[in-house]
Amino acid sequence: MGEAKRINTGTHFMMGNQACVEGVIAAGCGFAAGYPITPASEVFNSLCKQLPKAGGTLLQTEDEIAAVCAAIGASWTGLKSMTVTSGPGISLMQENIGLAVGTETPLVIVDVQRLGPSTGVPAVGMAGDIVQVARGSHGDYQIIAICPESPQEMFDMTVHAFNLAEEYRVPVFVMAEGFVGHMRERVVIPEESEIKLVNRRITQGGEPQTRCDFLDPEVAPMPIFGRGLKTHVTSSCHDEHGNRNLSDPDVMHRYIMKPIEKILNKRDRIVEVEADYEGAKLVLVSYGCVSRSSRQAAEMARAAGLKVGTLRLKTAWPFPDKEVRAAAESADFVLVLENNVGQMYPYIKAESAHACKVDFLGPQVLGQIHDPQYILAKIREILK
Amino acid sequence: MSEITHPLRKYMRPEVKKTTFCPGCGAGIITQALLRAIDELGINIDDCVFVSGIGCSAWIPSPLINADMLHTTHGRPIAYASGVKLGLPNKHVIVVSGDGDLSAIGGNHLIHAARRNINLTVILVNNGIYGMTGGQTAPTTPFGLTTITSPYGNAEHEFDISKLVTAAGASYVARWTTYHPRQMTKSIKKGIEKKGFAMIEAIAQCPVQYGRVSKQGSAVNMLKNYKQNGIRIEKAAKMDAAELKGKIVEGEFADFDKPELLAASAAALQARTGGNK
Repeated sequence: MGEAKRINTGTHFMMGNQACVEGVIAAGCGFAAGYPITPASEVFNSLCKQLPKAGGTLLQTEDEIAAVCAAIGASWTGLKSMTVTSGPGISLMQENIGLAVGTETPLVIVDVQRLGPSTGVPAVGMAGDIVQVARGSHGDYQIIAICPESPQEMFDMTVHAFNLAEEYRVPVFVMAEGFVGHMRERVVIPEESEIKLVNRRITQGGEPQTRCDFLDPEVAPMPIFGRGLKTHVTSSCHDEHGNRNLSDPDVMHRYIMKPIEKILNKRDRIVEVEADYEGAKLVLVSYGCVSRSSRQAAEMARAAGLKVGTLRLKTAWPFPDKEVRAAAESADFVLVLENNVGQMYPYIKAESAHACKVDFLGPQVLGQIHDPQYILAKIREILK
Repeated sequence: MSEITHPLRKYMRPEVKKTTFCPGCGAGIITQALLRAIDELGINIDDCVFVSGIGCSAWIPSPLINADMLHTTHGRPIAYASGVKLGLPNKHVIVVSGDGDLSAIGGNHLIHAARRNINLTVILVNNGIYGMTGGQTAPTTPFGLTTITSPYGNAEHEFDISKLVTAAGASYVARWTTYHPRQMTKSIKKGIEKKGFAMIEAIAQCPVQYGRVSKQGSAVNMLKNYKQNGIRIEKAAKMDAAELKGKIVEGEFADFDKPELLAASAAALQARTGGNK
């Protein structure tokens, strides 16, 4: 018997939350912090067993606020860092997610979403946080959020999230719904050599006052702690060197805009969609687990001779505005399917309404996944 | 002509030419005690990471000290520092923040870090009031004191932070006022060297806010009060509540050894897996 493999290469029948754990290990994560919460607990539970064996460190914190703070602190020591939670935890983390954005800290947050508001229904997996992860912390900022629809993507997108976080020095959210986290399906984990990993660029010396540690739209190398770099990191408004500055309007402007531009200038490299709407009169736009129902409904509609296509937003943020616009401009009708009451609908409508009719279809009963027959009935009603 | 520089200036960022503190503030004494402790221990400042929160005291290390510095959100520096320490177990991770930051909004992190006995050194600067925001009642403001948010007298009772953190399980806890900087320095040194959670509660004068509402007035009067009413913990143990009224109990509240978080985690993993990864 050879040495135990670092990653779990092979074909598995696996829960989405466990596939996420395998992705965390495969990505080379060095630190995870968490607090128990349904329906995300399986991720941290398994990490507690697996991550130390992979050389990583964990901390079960006193609350989700401490979890995100500890993960940010660990990221500044050079470790790929993450936390995992659900809606109530995201709500608690919001202020410090803002710190991660403002200090340009690579961080992965896995959000296994549930039904809200408030305590809501922990085990029912609605897409309750899809807008709050982009807009829930105060001030103006830009994060990245991606939406897995299957256990396989819980693995793939978790690895991808670490790569994006490292490349752009930004918090990246894996927006699983509880349904995806608890779904069991075939998951293929490739050989380690086939998994592409990105590592952050690290500052190699120099003085803080002559270095550019922050506010570089091309992403500054990270002056991580413990190397004598004398880095000054503050969540207050700061300049390129990390000097707090609360008086110069030009610095304030750069402090807000440069980290936004850092992401938006590269949005074509970041944003991913699955487009299958050539010749369609009606395009179903969706993200997360609803996309599975959407595809099946489109297939059923096409079999019945109806011209129906699909657009799946694999990336939620930065918002795929151009991709939605292109779909709307090619069709007569956009039907937005979301596993909530229409959180992304205003954003999608804003990019579609100039070109075609737009409507929204939530689940038949909130808390249920859209039945393809239910979507098909709506399609027939629109196209009759 | 040679320029005279303060012996601790070498630990300060060269570009920082001024402090943000009001005249008479206790933060200067505490800054000296901290830097003197590091100097006397012979620690390379590059082997330290400083973490602070929000409030006047959080500005003691930021941007002053010429080392890695993480200036965080209100109440959360201990949570951030825990992640830093777990990522850099061989560095000295030192938190400097105020009583509002660490015992009000951040109180949960304070007691849980003490409970898990993570190897941090926390300098908790206690001036008994919210200074930066204009003199509001803090969890450390004495019962009955009139402040801007307790205009009819504070109806709440104050925390005894050192007792709280001792009860939560810290390995080392000490309290000194700014009238006792040498003892404070000695305790900071012990705290840095302690393998476990160490907190030094530094009672500090805020003449601008606390001095005004308490009618103690100037920094000098407040320091005189510390001199007159400071009492050693050993002596206080023999006094009853009536005798202790108005006194500031000083000294070491806790000083013992027990498994520290990182060492305990590593030992547990080793025992269960034989170090087999």
